[in-house]
Amino acid sequence: MSDTPKPAAPRAAGRAGRNTELPEHLKSYKGVWVFVEHDRGHVNPVSWELMGEARKLADKLQVGVAGVILGGPDEPLDSYAREAYAYGADRCYLMRDAVLKGYRNEPFTKGLTDLVNTHQPEIMLLGASAMGRDLAGSVATTLGTGLTADCTELNIDGRALAATRPTFGGSLLCTIMTLAYRPQMATVRPRVMQLPLRDDSRSGDVVEQGLGMVETEIVTKLLEFIPDATRNTINLPFADVIISGGKGLKNADNFKLVWDLARVLGAEVGATRAVVQAGWAEAERQVGQTGKTVRPKLYIAAGISGAIQHRVGMEGSDVIVAINTDANAPIFDIAHHGIVGNAMQVLPALTQAFSNRLARHIRKVA
Amino acid sequence: MHIVVCIKQVPDSAQIRVHPVTNTIMRQGVPAIVNPYDLFALEEALRLKDRFGGRVTVLCMGPPQAEDSLRKCISFGATDAVLVTDRAFAGADTLATSYALAAAIRKIGQEQAVDLVFTGKQTIDGDTAQVGPGIAKRLGLNLLTYVSRIVELDLDTRRLKVERRAEGGVQLLETMLPSLITMLEGSNEMRFARLDDMLRAGRFPLRKWNKDDAGIEDLAKIGLKGSPTVVSKVFGPTPRAHKADMQVVEDSSPNDVALNLVEKVFTTHPQIEAGLVERLSA
Repeated sequence: MSDTPKPAAPRAAGRAGRNTELPEHLKSYKGVWVFVEHDRGHVNPVSWELMGEARKLADKLQVGVAGVILGGPDEPLDSYAREAYAYGADRCYLMRDAVLKGYRNEPFTKGLTDLVNTHQPEIMLLGASAMGRDLAGSVATTLGTGLTADCTELNIDGRALAATRPTFGGSLLCTIMTLAYRPQMATVRPRVMQLPLRDDSRSGDVVEQGLGMVETEIVTKLLEFIPDATRNTINLPFADVIISGGKGLKNADNFKLVWDLARVLGAEVGATRAVVQAGWAEAERQVGQTGKTVRPKLYIAAGISGAIQHRVGMEGSDVIVAINTDANAPIFDIAHHGIVGNAMQVLPALTQAFSNRLARHIRKVA
Repeated sequence: MHIVVCIKQVPDSAQIRVHPVTNTIMRQGVPAIVNPYDLFALEEALRLKDRFGGRVTVLCMGPPQAEDSLRKCISFGATDAVLVTDRAFAGADTLATSYALAAAIRKIGQEQAVDLVFTGKQTIDGDTAQVGPGIAKRLGLNLLTYVSRIVELDLDTRRLKVERRAEGGVQLLETMLPSLITMLEGSNEMRFARLDDMLRAGRFPLRKWNKDDAGIEDLAKIGLKGSPTVVSKVFGPTPRAHKADMQVVEDSSPNDVALNLVEKVFTTHPQIEAGLVERLSA
């Protein structure tokens, strides 16, 4: 992916020194692949979000979708394959080898590169996760092909992948294409794409291939995996309701008002980068370009002006409520409901109003 | 020990403005800074130098002005600095960038073998996190991305043990030098520049390499020509079509506004209320 946006051009064809024509020998590359990322018994949901996107792209191209699953012999790869079919795959490429248990760059790079060279997909999608980004960069460099990182939108233009991504911290969007190389690779952040509906009646075929690597050839050893102590306490990307606070709350004490409302709604607490930098909230709570991407059903932004860096992380939310003293704050451009006022006054009032309303119902249910 | 730290000079993203008509970045007056993520890499390298001795060479590819960022790194205590600058590099994507930087690191290694290469996790302008893995692949370095802590380094056995951030936890990995580490943010705190280093930075004879000095062999692999990705369109974010439904506290009261909002949200989205009730009753 290009770091620096070049001047906009409708088509890059004909620009000096650029080869934008697909060479004959690469025209046989067909199909859309998704790297199915899993660790310690679970598939990262971003893989299924990508499977949904892959299905749409493949249908436009009238080609098949394949999941690529690499792992150890004692890992449930076949059950991951069944899930892959349920989310839209027609086929799964499986590689089972003891050295593929637990992610390591070296064996995974060889495995994925070999599969691409053998079966020749035209598009390869990976999650923009710690695993996906590590692997994608190595594989793309080995293959000498184009890789667009952190895409927020994928489309087909002609027969090529048009991958759109924010750049310069989200101030601009770029659509990037790999015209003369295959496969066209892209990574997509978790929660940017919607999880497709699961259809367990779907099935597909399996192609197994060996890795051909032994442990002694691999320099890097995985000694241990240390799970986070707070693993399940902060689950921002999958929260249904998020209350976020910004610098407009003035101080750490006022930020507690965000917590009060969150408690009443059983919601997660989010924050802007400035708030995290000020130490009012943990880094895991940061929403935005350099933090988490979220898409809750309800997002309440209190004292957040709506810098683009924050917006790119939350604009996929179903309902956005914004509270800000400045009626011209950019957050109101993307909000569904706006309240012009002091968040320090509005938050307690909202806590009370939500609390009363919900108490009524919960009593009824009980 | 010889450590190379790759840095990038980036516009301070907090101050970026986009021209409303041409959709181009308005760089005038926007200060250029060392990519903040790269400072964690530099600090970690300097700590290793403090412990084990040796050299820290800072490497940057960019326009001639990027010299300022390299001087900044010298002021923090880096030993040497190389700026790779040539019009031929313009328009490079991550693949072409990693090719050029790998060539320069090879060249730097001819003076003294390189044991470790550091990069930041990603840049704040491109955000790709792909150049580090690319350099490692091209130079055959053992890649360690998202490193949150260097646990152990033994220069005699050349063994290196690190913690690497992964989903839901950290991997404890052991590898051998030479290796490339991309350093996670927050893993350390940048030191203050010492006065003597600041003075040294001002007059430091940093080296500027063009493509030949950097040992570029294949001109088809650098710049625009060496970039498989093509930017087909640059545009500003589209504003939402619907205007927000607005209430002003000054025109009523916080309580009325709050009651109104709850009513509106739950009426238009009854499933949100149902979901909340269900979860809170459970």
